[in-house]
Amino acid sequence: MTVWTWLALAGAVLVAVVVTAEARRRAASGAPGRRFFRHPTAAPGVFVLAFFVTIALAAPLVAPYPYYLQIDVVHLADQAPSAQFLLGTDPYSRDVWSRLVYGARISLGVGTVAMLVAVTLGAVVGGVAGYFRRWADTVLMRVVDVGLAIPRIFVLLVVVALWDRVSLPVLVLLIGVTGWFGTSRLVRAEVLSLREREFVGAARALGAGSVRVIFRHVLPNAAAPIIVSAALGIGNVMLLEAGLSFLGLGVPSPKASWGNMIYDSWHKITVSPWASLFPGLAISLVVMALNAMGDALRDALDPRKEGA
Amino acid sequence: MTAWLVRRLAASIAIVVAVVTLTFFLIHLAHGTPCVLPEGRPVPPEVCQRLIIQQGYDKPLLVQYAKYVGGLLHGEFGLSFWQRRPVIDALRDAMPNTLVLAGAALLLDFTLGLALGVYQAARARHFGDIALGNAALFVNSMPTFWLGLVLLLVFAQGLHWFPVGGTHDVVLCARLDSLRCLGDRLWHLALPAATLGLVGAAATARYQRAAMLDVLAQDFVRTARAKGVRERRVLLVHALRNALLPFITLFGLAFPFLLTGAVLVETVFDWPGMGWLSVTAIGYRDYPVVTAVAVVASVLVVVGNLVADVLYVVADPRIRVPGE
Repeated sequence: MTVWTWLALAGAVLVAVVVTAEARRRAASGAPGRRFFRHPTAAPGVFVLAFFVTIALAAPLVAPYPYYLQIDVVHLADQAPSAQFLLGTDPYSRDVWSRLVYGARISLGVGTVAMLVAVTLGAVVGGVAGYFRRWADTVLMRVVDVGLAIPRIFVLLVVVALWDRVSLPVLVLLIGVTGWFGTSRLVRAEVLSLREREFVGAARALGAGSVRVIFRHVLPNAAAPIIVSAALGIGNVMLLEAGLSFLGLGVPSPKASWGNMIYDSWHKITVSPWASLFPGLAISLVVMALNAMGDALRDALDPRKEGA
Repeated sequence: MTAWLVRRLAASIAIVVAVVTLTFFLIHLAHGTPCVLPEGRPVPPEVCQRLIIQQGYDKPLLVQYAKYVGGLLHGEFGLSFWQRRPVIDALRDAMPNTLVLAGAALLLDFTLGLALGVYQAARARHFGDIALGNAALFVNSMPTFWLGLVLLLVFAQGLHWFPVGGTHDVVLCARLDSLRCLGDRLWHLALPAATLGLVGAAATARYQRAAMLDVLAQDFVRTARAKGVRERRVLLVHALRNALLPFITLFGLAFPFLLTGAVLVETVFDWPGMGWLSVTAIGYRDYPVVTAVAVVASVLVVVGNLVADVLYVVADPRIRVPGE
């Protein structure tokens, strides 16, 4: 069991190293790719993300125990990290490393899907508002004003207060639906300038309808800010999910998310600090990797605003 | 300027009205009733019926809405199901705690962020800048509540330098004179404020560094250096004064950040503020309290944005008031 755990861990590190090297090799052929990797934190960011994605995808292979298994509640609760339990066990006698591995699935999954929902909504709303202007713009941007005025966590608290248990898909949808306001403003600003360009006039002269012009011509040209806000958005969503789960209002146990792992164990933080510290460290590392990649992406995709 | 201000104010009020309407209908779609006891047990049906009639939950929705809005104008948020007292009283107890926490955090956020940003800009691309930049990125990526837990574990549980939670020592403060009690309160404030402030400072430092670098590249800085002004003076007087404008934006952005952070940090440190109130109220299905906190938080955000916008126009003569 233990040998296999170490082998799997080494395998995941190896995969991440290979992915990073391969990404770097492919990126070297284009100017944006070279600018991306010129950022000193870009390559470590790719590595960290690749590592966690690998263990998330290969969770059943990497995790030595099932995430829900309470190994021995009497004798093996709150065990310190050891050869048998890589990161120790939590107050309910579950293997922290196994839960961290399965938690990567939920935390990264929630972050990615909720971000996709938010960015899609933001791009469509921003595209429509910026392209049609007039009343569509006015109405949509007032909605955005209201959306930005309520801090997101309070909306989620109100909604969570209404239902007894929020299921995972609903939670993801809620986080996505409350997170598109900023993106839509960004996209709208970009579209406002793009719509005056000649290629838009040319497309219209060829008889393209508004929907086609927005989705085939305008939005693809606004891809840079959308991609950057998506990269930074995943990190924010992961922090939000962690926060809600930490309050006991997000992903319900025994499912493992990095947030609810902390919720489950912080009342015994003096006895088994590892059970609370490692999940938080995982969140911090992944969000940091995403932020670093977001910074590098911004410079890579928009050389005009190259940061120092 | 006045016309712009009036329009800006009207827009802010419209946003608040929209927030109130939205939260009211959201809650009432779920048919919240005042039938919960503090222990969460169901209330006997006849008592429940009386409470519903007494508090007007049997009236048509629009009548309830009108009553709710009318109450808000008088500073009434209805009755808390759980605390069995007006919501406004619960808010009145919780709000000062959050404002103290947020104020202290903001102070640390801005002073530390400013100092770090200026230092990093002065040492740009040297070891100190890169090390601090990565540290700031890491702190900025931490979940606030987790940083709180780490500080709690190290400085309260481990070293016993600070208390583990609460706003003050109830027993001691009753016996101490007010000055010593104030000291005790500050001692309790240290860790929660440091948690929020550090995460904020990490973001502020990143902004401030970029703003300083922008300014340092401008001609008047080169002129100042050419005149033989000492580097310290160039940095702290010539450049810094011009790099302070982003602070106004940061001030506007700080409200959502501080309020969101407060929800989590107050839970970690058992700090009875608005976030703590809201989270506890959810356990009792106490919709009036949860809604009221959301509304108050939105009002604070809207006011923060308004103040930031006005400060911008006042502080930077280059900005023309739109429509003038």
